Amino acid sequence: MKLSGAEILLRALELEGVEKIFGYPGGAVLDIYDRLPFSPLKHYLTRHEQGAAHAADGYARVTGKVGVCFATSGPGATNLVTGLATAQIDSVPVVAFTGNVPTFMIGNDAFQEVDTVGITRPITKHNFLVKDVKELADTVKKAFHIARTGRPGVVLVDLPKDVTRELADFFEEEYKTPVQIRSYKPVLKGHPGQIKRAAKAIASAERPVLYIGGGVVSSGASDLVVKMAEVANIPMTATLMGLTAVPGNHPFFLGMLGMHGTYAANMAIQESDLIIAIGARFDDRVTGKLSEFAPNAKVIHIDIDSAEIGKNRHADIPIVGDAKLVMEELLPEVEKQVAKNREFYAAREKWILKVRSWKERYPLWYEPSDRVIKPQFVIEKIWEVTKGEAIITTDVGQHQMWVAQYYRFRFPRQLVTSGGLGTMGFGVPAAIGAKVGRPDKTVFCISGDGSFQMNMQEIVTAVHYNIPIKVAIINNGFLGMVRQWQGIFYQKNYSQVHLDVQPDFVKLVEAMGGVGLRATKPVEVEAVLKEAMAIDDRPVVIDFIVDREEDVFPMVPPGGALHEMILPSYGKKKEKKAV
Amino acid sequence: MDRKCDQRKHIISVLVENQPGALARIIELFSSRGYNIESLNVGHTEDPSISRITMVAKGDEHTIEQIVKQLRRIIDVFKVRDLTDKKKLDRELLIVRVNVETPEKKEEVMRLVEIFGAQVVDVSKDTYTVELTGDEDQVDAFLELIKPMGIREMARTGRVAMVRALQGETFGEQKE
Repeated sequence: MKLSGAEILLRALELEGVEKIFGYPGGAVLDIYDRLPFSPLKHYLTRHEQGAAHAADGYARVTGKVGVCFATSGPGATNLVTGLATAQIDSVPVVAFTGNVPTFMIGNDAFQEVDTVGITRPITKHNFLVKDVKELADTVKKAFHIARTGRPGVVLVDLPKDVTRELADFFEEEYKTPVQIRSYKPVLKGHPGQIKRAAKAIASAERPVLYIGGGVVSSGASDLVVKMAEVANIPMTATLMGLTAVPGNHPFFLGMLGMHGTYAANMAIQESDLIIAIGARFDDRVTGKLSEFAPNAKVIHIDIDSAEIGKNRHADIPIVGDAKLVMEELLPEVEKQVAKNREFYAAREKWILKVRSWKERYPLWYEPSDRVIKPQFVIEKIWEVTKGEAIITTDVGQHQMWVAQYYRFRFPRQLVTSGGLGTMGFGVPAAIGAKVGRPDKTVFCISGDGSFQMNMQEIVTAVHYNIPIKVAIINNGFLGMVRQWQGIFYQKNYSQVHLDVQPDFVKLVEAMGGVGLRATKPVEVEAVLKEAMAIDDRPVVIDFIVDREEDVFPMVPPGGALHEMILPSYGKKKEKKAV
Repeated sequence: MDRKCDQRKHIISVLVENQPGALARIIELFSSRGYNIESLNVGHTEDPSISRITMVAKGDEHTIEQIVKQLRRIIDVFKVRDLTDKKKLDRELLIVRVNVETPEKKEEVMRLVEIFGAQVVDVSKDTYTVELTGDEDQVDAFLELIKPMGIREMARTGRVAMVRALQGETFGEQKE
């Protein structure tokens, strides 16, 4: 049967299991949107293409499925760019479809024409320009395959308008056959010899530590990794992307490592003799000064992307493979080794005690107040009110780090945050995508007054579709993280970080059709959160007026090694000093 | 990581889908990750849907290893191999137009052409255009010797290379 390109696309999406699409129409995608009402796919009209990309990203992060977004040519495509780059650097499977001018006009500087595949090449795992409707179905199939296999990532498919109009045969049975891409065969199974070596190293190390990254969450290896830690008595640290792999209250969990990591996590890394890195990439925000990162440790590095192994830190035992598949092999090997080696626990005991003492001696800390709202206090209260079970999305800045430190997550995929790119404006649209993907969960976006203003138009989208997301604005009237850096490293020369002039967020949200609430005193925090939790048909935004100059601690100064953290004052009057 | 180890030229051979985006991705990889390409050559292989890219890049072992790994990540790339330390056939084509205003110069150029097994492929009143195929050292040596004549114009293809059959292996090494 002959179908138009638009019909083929929509049918192929259905066959891929797509249910929700986030997008924005325009001239070049008119044919697709013309057919959309006849498709069972549910389309969410965001108020900006960037919102569509972030929503697809948020949807993908919480469901583990591929997120899909649509945009038109030219400005539609360029507006997607930040969103796609955000998803790509955090290895989130997203497929984006953009319209383009008809094939015969490509390269003519036509109206709303840009070289979309050229612009997005460096920020996608792969992209395609479909020049012939006969190639469309196969291309869509490949796009989804590439996005969700191997190291997941973003694939963009650019569709010239004539390709969506022309007719071609479409055979569903043929579409359902497995994909063949002869040049793309990701390695999924770990090398058995290397896995044995790793198990031996894990069993014989004195001071091992797990360094858990986002790959553990996305491959579904969380339980296996935690089990291994329990079997072999290994303290766990996680990156921002890997935080939800471990229950936040697990006795072996030391919290996040890196620039704003906990004292215990960073010291455990620095003093360890074996780092077991899983699905992590030794990013600069994690390692601090690379040459002084874990100076005495051997490294086992498990990652699906061989290019990450040895990129920043030499791996003594590299294992290329999917974290879950590798863990399925590694865990029994470790169990065997541990069973063989009974005196093993005694050897590890000293290390565990030492790590625990760090955790007790230098916990996360802030000066409580009954006068002003402390931002950390808001996060703790959100945790309480949501019983630690909300899906949290964040924007970028201080509030993001406080979430990472103070919200103790309970299950994987519970945190949706822009880790690699650090995209302000991510939180609200990502929350929309997250809530669409997991309507059964409370979705709380924790944002800042700066970040919120970058994509606040998406509140209207949430109103439009009755998506009851909650947004907490940690409002300190500053671009807080930039201010913190200017405060500590630029002699308090606060340059262009004041946000004294800002909208009345309560009125603004009311004007958009949502519910606006505000808390200005600590006693109001809990009540206002409870009020927000009771609303389930509209978005709620709570404006928390917080302590203006609270800083995020601990902090590893840029260029410093992990043990050179600046710690909080712990209530002593003297200014915060490095240990 | 110790990156002070010796910088040297590596010759890397890449088999890739013959598609417009593939070459663009490879070139962008070099610019976006700050690697230097000295030369790059693209051409068909025995299979018209597959192109062979031969590139020469300079860097220490770590950088070259990264280049190879990053190349392998590209979806359209089949195989990547560092041929530097392999027994290989390694050729470059040079076309150079030199000044030969005097009979002495004409004679000297012809002498060099003969020694190097080159060929004069175009002649004008006061220039010879010479074609030479050889490995990089030969081409460099020829250019060095011919330079005093006065080079009007020149073009080099960059190196193409293939592993020797007697090494008992072909291109081998699947993309990881």
